[in-house]
Amino acid sequence: MSTTTIRNGRVVDPANKRDEIADLYIVDQRIAQKSDIRDQKSDIEEIDAKGLIVAPGLIDMHVHLREPGFSHKETIESGARAAAAGGFTTIVCMPNTSPVPDNASTIAWIRDRASAIARVNVLPTGAISKGLAGEELAPIGSLAQAGIVAITDDGHCIQNHEVMRRAVEYARMVGVPVLDHCQDYNLVGNGVVHEGYWSTLLGLPGWPAAGEEAIVMRNILLAELCNHPIHCQHISTAGSVRLLREARSRGVKISGEVCPHHIALTDEAVQNFDTNHKVNPPLRSQTDVDALLEGVADGTISILCSDHAPHADFEKEVEFDVAPFGIIGLETELALFIDLLVHKHAKIDIVRLIEMYTVEPARLLKLDAGTLSPGSRADVTLIDPALTWTVNVDEFQSASRNSPFDGWKLKGRAVRTIVGGTTVWKL
Amino acid sequence: MTTRWTQKDLLGLRELPAEEINFVLETADAFKQVGTREIKKVPALRGKTLMNFFVEPSTRTRTSFELAALRLSADVINISATTSSLTKGETLKDTARNLEALHADILVLRHSSAGAPQFLANRLKASVINAGDGAHEHPTQALLDLYTIRERRGKIAGLRVAIVGDILFSRVARSNIFGLLKLGAHVTLVGPSTLVPREFEKLGVEISHKIDDVLPKADVVNLLRIQHERQRREYFPGIGEYIRLFGLTKERAKLLKPDCLIMHPGPINRGVEIDSAVADGLQSVILDQVTNGLAVRMAVLYLCGGISA
Repeated sequence: MSTTTIRNGRVVDPANKRDEIADLYIVDQRIAQKSDIRDQKSDIEEIDAKGLIVAPGLIDMHVHLREPGFSHKETIESGARAAAAGGFTTIVCMPNTSPVPDNASTIAWIRDRASAIARVNVLPTGAISKGLAGEELAPIGSLAQAGIVAITDDGHCIQNHEVMRRAVEYARMVGVPVLDHCQDYNLVGNGVVHEGYWSTLLGLPGWPAAGEEAIVMRNILLAELCNHPIHCQHISTAGSVRLLREARSRGVKISGEVCPHHIALTDEAVQNFDTNHKVNPPLRSQTDVDALLEGVADGTISILCSDHAPHADFEKEVEFDVAPFGIIGLETELALFIDLLVHKHAKIDIVRLIEMYTVEPARLLKLDAGTLSPGSRADVTLIDPALTWTVNVDEFQSASRNSPFDGWKLKGRAVRTIVGGTTVWKL
Repeated sequence: MTTRWTQKDLLGLRELPAEEINFVLETADAFKQVGTREIKKVPALRGKTLMNFFVEPSTRTRTSFELAALRLSADVINISATTSSLTKGETLKDTARNLEALHADILVLRHSSAGAPQFLANRLKASVINAGDGAHEHPTQALLDLYTIRERRGKIAGLRVAIVGDILFSRVARSNIFGLLKLGAHVTLVGPSTLVPREFEKLGVEISHKIDDVLPKADVVNLLRIQHERQRREYFPGIGEYIRLFGLTKERAKLLKPDCLIMHPGPINRGVEIDSAVADGLQSVILDQVTNGLAVRMAVLYLCGGISA
């Protein structure tokens, strides 16, 4: 029997409305009560958490691990290591791999690989459509039996509303939520940056806000029609926030997530043509950033995530319009959100931030995670909300370095990550 | 002259201070004079190597740069997309590093991607001159336009300049807007609403969709080539309707003030954005632009080449 005691930390467990200075006990990979460890003598580990927040293990439900198929960008192993270093005990990986997990055997491969080599919990999503092509439904029922937590065509977006409608109806039967990357291909065209002042000045093809909002609206209509949850990924515009707010106030099963780069940066950052500012959806205007902050503050946006999207340097170091979209985020997202949402803009407190990283994704994906209830799996993140540090991409665990935040000075950081009672990363 | 040149590269006019724009124009005065001599060559860049690297087709800009470099006694090598290894899958970065390994001093780049010259300038010791990047900037074209206006009208500040046509996809328009505003001109953009982004109003330009209202007040009309065939989508219904709404026809040209200059970056579509007779008329300075382009490019190569030395 192994026992761990985390002493004198501020235990924040939003699922149980708990926020107090206390000791947290772990016995045999599970959260325990003090009474459970009375007579345990062997393998006692003591962790001093004075001044730290003791939180349920954080969940990032939007991560690209690139494996199978693109292991030069990231692997399940390196991505899980980056997650641990960022304070995440559970990550949900997206299906734009090769092969695409539109079949049960690819899901089985990912799960086998993860259980063999990943130091955090890796939960796969399955494709909505075969080959992410947006035309025919993937075998969603078989994927669910193989262990997916959601379906999504992330990186792609089903343009045919009828196909999407049937996918949502089918997912309701199977009992998996639908995650959607919201992008109308006709409106967006070959857009690479937010359509506005900077796209106009720089002569770069614009990606209009309406290209996202049209699909958010579509998803609201279909969530209502099918009475089944649709989750809008990486929301970036003021209009999307407005649409979600109105729909959620009516009880529609629609939700949204935000990535740190969409509130840390605006489209002004693209003026140096640095491809580490090329993301999809693109960095938006200050008006959009302000609306996203309000959306987080009032609960319209309920989930925080990274959209961790690794690319090799030789892929990113090319002309702006041909570079792939995406940046890595696992090792900076928690710090950026604490720094921006809690400290700088004071939109939410640290308790709500933890809730958005634990209870909210666990509820949407129906995960047995995100709480410190006795008996639950001992996934724990220790956070120092006041630690000031400087981002250095060369210290990243990720196999890639495509971050626009290199050199940023941030306040707040995970200092220890515990998965199933075992410390998998420590600052 | 008190103004000094501080740029290793010429990437665009948006970030070039007005003083340095004027300094190029003044330097070009001296080089224009060289072009009228019997011996048109000066030794300013003797021993320097210039690479004309054109990853997008161009005849007139490449030729103008080549001749400018030759008149400055530089060694010139021309590389175009069809002869470069880009088609073999080599990245722009690797191609450029190979060119630098040959000790090029100046790289003149034409590229279909906005920002490609900046990408190279950030990575190379050689001077990078932007000869047009996507829809972003074409600074030497705008400088020669400014030079031509200044030469003919004696000034730029206070003049009313209309830029007509496809603004959205035009690097010539962008560089002209930035340069003209810095030197104090009033700029009006004219064209179909789909091709004239309203965001430009934030820079202080006016936008009009009625060319007949704009022409009588203009001191300069700069017509952009309409490239209907190049548009990815239907931004306007067709050439016929374009001519009806925006073409500088003989009838419309009568609205112009007698001293209004008619400019065009070329190559012109006779009978589309400009009527053939108007292009050849007394108010047209289209060929002066070509001549001045040589002097302006000599000035730019001389100034940037001097910095990189």
